[in-house]
Formats: sequence, structure tokens, C-alpha cells
Amino acid sequence: MSVPATLNISVQPQDFDTGLELQQLRAATPQAGAVVSFVGLVRDLSADGKLDQMLIEHYPGMTEAALQRIAEQACQRWPLLGVRLIHRVGALAAQAQIVLVATSSLHRQAAFEACAFIMDYLKTEAPFWKKEIGDFGERWVEARASDEHAKQQWQKNNGKSPT
Amino acid sequence: MKITILYFARIKEVVNYSSEEVALPEGVETIIALKAWLSNRGATWQKLFSGTGVVRAAINHELVDDMATMDDGDEVAFFPPVTGG
Repeated sequence: MSVPATLNISVQPQDFDTGLELQQLRAATPQAGAVVSFVGLVRDLSADGKLDQMLIEHYPGMTEAALQRIAEQACQRWPLLGVRLIHRVGALAAQAQIVLVATSSLHRQAAFEACAFIMDYLKTEAPFWKKEIGDFGERWVEARASDEHAKQQWQKNNGKSPT
Repeated sequence: MKITILYFARIKEVVNYSSEEVALPEGVETIIALKAWLSNRGATWQKLFSGTGVVRAAINHELVDDMATMDDGDEVAFFPPVTGG
């Protein structure tokens, strides 16, 4: 691609303002015709009962490196102009925002597909671990086979959207 | 060879600490050999490393498989499958 994409990655305890982040991504990539965003949230119910808090642990250093590599892989597959990625860590309340992935590109398809790709890879390769705390006590969230399957679809399809 | 080992999430709770520095004996060069060596510490460690796919490993911030080799001064991490997002 001719224009190098703008990558901006944060791992932080603080909440984020999605509207402001999208506005800043638009300002940083004025050629963009499309911005796609995904926000992941803490559900207020787990499989076991009512959830009070989600604790997110991570591996400082490796986390940032993994997210950077995932964003770079997305830029190699699609003609992206910008990527904004924020993942929170620490204690989060029910309904809190956990993660923001925003992509900008000339046309919508690249932004849609790259946003989904980044989330699918983040789910299986970035070193974050969630623990749920609620009226059921506390328990670590188990990795889901469907997340691994979603990532493998991208590998099979070599850049096309999973079916 | 001396390495630093970090433990995260459920594994940190099982072994009851988050990091340690260890001097490895001759011949312990791969992740699988390190797991076997740590398993000698007792039942807790043996149980931890006996399942397949339960414990992931990284060397210097890179995910690796069991056959990966370590060098002096490496940072090795053990953790469960990741669950972010």
C-alpha cells in the first residue's frame, strides 16, 4: 500500500470515549471513506449468575507486542489508513467497555473485514485473562473453541471474510 | 543457563507466585524439558503440566510451542489459553 497506516494502540485501566476516539481517527486519516468500530462490553450476567466485576489480567510487554503485530498483520492484508485499538485491564464493573477496535479505510469492505480480523486474533493471541466475580463467587473465564475456529477461518481464507 | 519464569492467571494461583529466577541443569533446553524439570517439584507441578493445551508458553514475549529452545537470560512465561476481548 502506498500510504502507511496510522496505528495507535493502548492498554490501560481507564475508560475511553468511543465518540472522541472515532473523531480522532477520522482526523488522523482524512482520506478515509469508511470507519468501522467494535466495542466489547462486560455482560451483567455470566453463565453462573449475576456478575459484579470482571478482573482483566495481562502480560505487560507481551500484550503491547501482540496487539501491534495483529494490527500490522491487518494492514498487510487490507489497505487500511488507520487502526485504533484500546484494551482495558484491571477491575471493570458490569456493562463497562472492555475493548475498542476501530479501522479506517478508503472503502467500507476493508474496514469491516480488518476490524473483525483484529478481534478474532486478539481473542486467541493477545495475553489477557478474565476472571468473573459475582454472586456465584469467582471463576476464570474459559477459552472458547469457537474463538479459535474464527481465527482459523481467516487462515484458510487467506484474507477473505470467514463464511 | 539462568532464566526468569513468569506465571499468569490461573497458573499463578496454582503455583502461588508470579515470577522466579532459576538456574537450569545441563540438558534442560526446551520448553518441554523445562516443564518436565518443574514437574519434579511435586504433585501440584506435575498436575499443572500433565494436561495438553492447558498451559501455553512464551519466550521473550513470543508465543512458542513445546519444542522451542531457551537461551541464557530468557524470560519464559507460562499461562492458560487467553480470554481477552
